[in-house]
Amino acid sequence: MADAAVVDPRRPAGALSRLARHKLALFGLAVIVVIAAAAILAPLVAPFAPDEQNFDGLTLQGSPLPPGGTYLLGTDLLGRDLLSRIIWGARTSLIIGIAANGMALLIGTFVGVIAGYFRGWVGAVLMRFTDLMMAFPALLLAICLAAIFQPSLWIVALVIALVNWVQTARVIYTETSSLATRDFVAAERTLGASTGRILWRHILPHLVPTIIVWGTLGISTTVLLEATLSYLGVGVQPPTPSWGNIIFENQTYFQTAPWLVFVPGAAILLLALAFNLVGDALRDVLDPTLRGSDR
Amino acid sequence: MTPTQDVLRVDALTVSVRTEDGLQPLVSDMTFRLGKGETLAIAGESGSGKSITSLAIMGLLPPPAVRVTGGAVILNSRELTQLPEAEMRAVRGDRIAMIFQEPMTSLNPVMTVGTQLVEAIRAHQPVSRAAARAQALEALKAVRLSQPERRLTQYPHELSGGMRQRVMIAMALALKPEVLIADEPTTALDVTVQREVLDLLRDLQRETGMAILLITHDMGVVAEMADRVIVMRNGRIEEEGDVRQIFAAPAAPYTRDLLAAVPRMGQGRRAPPPPAAAPVARLQDVQVRFDLKGGVLGRVTHRVHAVEHVSFDIGAGETFALVGESGCGKSTLARALVGLVPHEGRIEVDGQVLGALDTAGRKALSRAVQIIFQDPMAALDPRMKVGDLVGEPLLIHGQGDGPARAAQVADLLQRVGLEAAHMDRYPHEFSGGQRQRICIARALALRPKLLIADESVSALDVSVQARVLDLLAALKREFGIATLFISHDMAVVENVADRVAVMYLGQVVEMGTRAQVFGAPRHPYTQRLIAAVPVPDPTHVRPPAPRLAGDVPSPVHPLGQGPARLLLADAGDGHMVAAE
Repeated sequence: MADAAVVDPRRPAGALSRLARHKLALFGLAVIVVIAAAAILAPLVAPFAPDEQNFDGLTLQGSPLPPGGTYLLGTDLLGRDLLSRIIWGARTSLIIGIAANGMALLIGTFVGVIAGYFRGWVGAVLMRFTDLMMAFPALLLAICLAAIFQPSLWIVALVIALVNWVQTARVIYTETSSLATRDFVAAERTLGASTGRILWRHILPHLVPTIIVWGTLGISTTVLLEATLSYLGVGVQPPTPSWGNIIFENQTYFQTAPWLVFVPGAAILLLALAFNLVGDALRDVLDPTLRGSDR
Repeated sequence: MTPTQDVLRVDALTVSVRTEDGLQPLVSDMTFRLGKGETLAIAGESGSGKSITSLAIMGLLPPPAVRVTGGAVILNSRELTQLPEAEMRAVRGDRIAMIFQEPMTSLNPVMTVGTQLVEAIRAHQPVSRAAARAQALEALKAVRLSQPERRLTQYPHELSGGMRQRVMIAMALALKPEVLIADEPTTALDVTVQREVLDLLRDLQRETGMAILLITHDMGVVAEMADRVIVMRNGRIEEEGDVRQIFAAPAAPYTRDLLAAVPRMGQGRRAPPPPAAAPVARLQDVQVRFDLKGGVLGRVTHRVHAVEHVSFDIGAGETFALVGESGCGKSTLARALVGLVPHEGRIEVDGQVLGALDTAGRKALSRAVQIIFQDPMAALDPRMKVGDLVGEPLLIHGQGDGPARAAQVADLLQRVGLEAAHMDRYPHEFSGGQRQRICIARALALRPKLLIADESVSALDVSVQARVLDLLAALKREFGIATLFISHDMAVVENVADRVAVMYLGQVVEMGTRAQVFGAPRHPYTQRLIAAVPVPDPTHVRPPAPRLAGDVPSPVHPLGQGPARLLLADAGDGHMVAAE
């Protein structure tokens, strides 16, 4: 082949404009913005208070109202407005989905990178500990941790983070240890680059796609784990709503009042999907080696 | 040899890839014929379309983007391009067989050799398992594998590279195909193994009368094997003709350039070696060993003796070459020199002893010695811009501020034949040769005293390789950098080296000036290596070489044992040769 450069004539400008070309990602971003806005502005946008047991919120027989009418998404078993509970619940679920999940990713990435790059006894100790955590039933551990601390939203987030980092650590460990043997890392070492520089500038950028994928996958699992904990009484305490505990409060009435499970379930799905779409596009946009090859 | 009848005819074959901008031809208007018992070589550099042509004949083009858009492939008056996949499957392997470059990836690692052979035979012939096994054994004997019965029960990873390629050939030939397509069959093999495989192919062709379509970039292999040659470039036939005519009187300018770029033995610069200066690197009794753990307790049971008692000096401004086949420890030695693998013994670079270095010392070492790896794509962080990559050593060592660094990077890029405007691009936007230039620029940034080139031109096309070698020679003249040039390619080494050391199983078996080692090789291994190099001249008559018996010896030894140490004796004028 001729010794000539393969030039991409259409050099894209910035990351944002490239992101804008992913239509699905824009949709996802819009969903996230709407949910976040609703959560922040909950006192303003929610038609009712989340814990208000409305007088006309139940039928004469005492069963919840189906969607429509005054209560847009219907009411729950105590006559509370479901829409308002979903909106207020978005606060809890977003904090869990982002903060708890983010913490889990941070811990997992840190452990994985350190173990994968240094190997030796450091790596062995860290990875055996990870395996131990993996083998231990996560729910049991979460219950123990939650029982020790006073249950509150942030404690629940912390507990979830402490349980959920193991899978990330495993995956990041494998990837780091294969990256560490690549020639470009050897080349950096021969240039005299410090370990910190190699990890930060040369290993971490390559892990971004994996971190994004695990991060978006983790959102739905953490939201559901919070729901489980709430259900078992060690999570977010009622009457504070979260999408998870709305499902668990009402699951036994699934046959007669399906909307009580379906709507919060759909909300979790939508949030996870939105993060997934944005994460997917971000991965493409942030990867310079895909430039010009995607369209 | 005159072709009696055409087995395979390719008629105005066009292969195109579907892109955003419509169909782009990869191969256009390819026409040739292949006679019974004939060897036709398709030669060309990477991207010339030679492999695409072979895949098109096999009906193995990667769907859906790449497909045949015109012309015909006719095997014994049967048109192949229009055949449905089911019928094509019957032709493939049975009538036309193919062997690929990398035998390890073409064999299934979880199946024994025997099972794979039996499966291949039974896919085409309605024979019993036992009969197929007998046939498989026959095929392994035909490719002259030692202990063929045992090979049947072995897995691919238990075999050496040369043995795996023999298994591939056995598999291809078990069904007695009329046409064998060999796509770079020896490129991944050592030169002595290549010699054996080429001899084998030629013998088998004589016995079975099959036609061989040989796809290669190596003009030496072309000269040795082919009856006729097609030179391809950019998907088109540049020139076609009898092998002697192509080499003696190439008509197309491209062919002339290609042949001129091929490194030939005996054409090395005859300049006198530089005056003996103070050495920049001294190696004394250097050893590198890797522990292999085994057993229930995970204790060290075996050791890989990668480098054993190696001692030599590299003078300032000198090009010192290390040659040897894969696994001889030459790359390990290079990695030990830059501190990537721990070593025993004493390595001194620019007055600093490697073993005793602290963090600051290691940083200082990286200013004295730099390495260029074989695969430039792997050695460059794909997520960094070229400007950042080349400027990184300056940043790490705190040399200059932002603008000064940028200016220096621009200067370095120009020095290696690139443009300052390339700074904002990513490595994947460059060709292989350009990437290697980027690596060279980065290595030069700290003005090292010693540059290690570890197979740095082996992955490049010959014309690109020639230009990179010229660049290295120019830089050496300009900066007076000493080079440790590591290669398996004897012809290249003969062209660039001042002094040469030949390594075998971790030990140096012969060392001396280029004239001494190549002009009067004393050690049998050196002689064998030199004799095995394909000569890019079809009129060259090769003296019959003794066939090597048995397996390649292994550098792995049980704990407490080791290879017998070879002692070098001076055979005159510093020509060091190991005693037998």
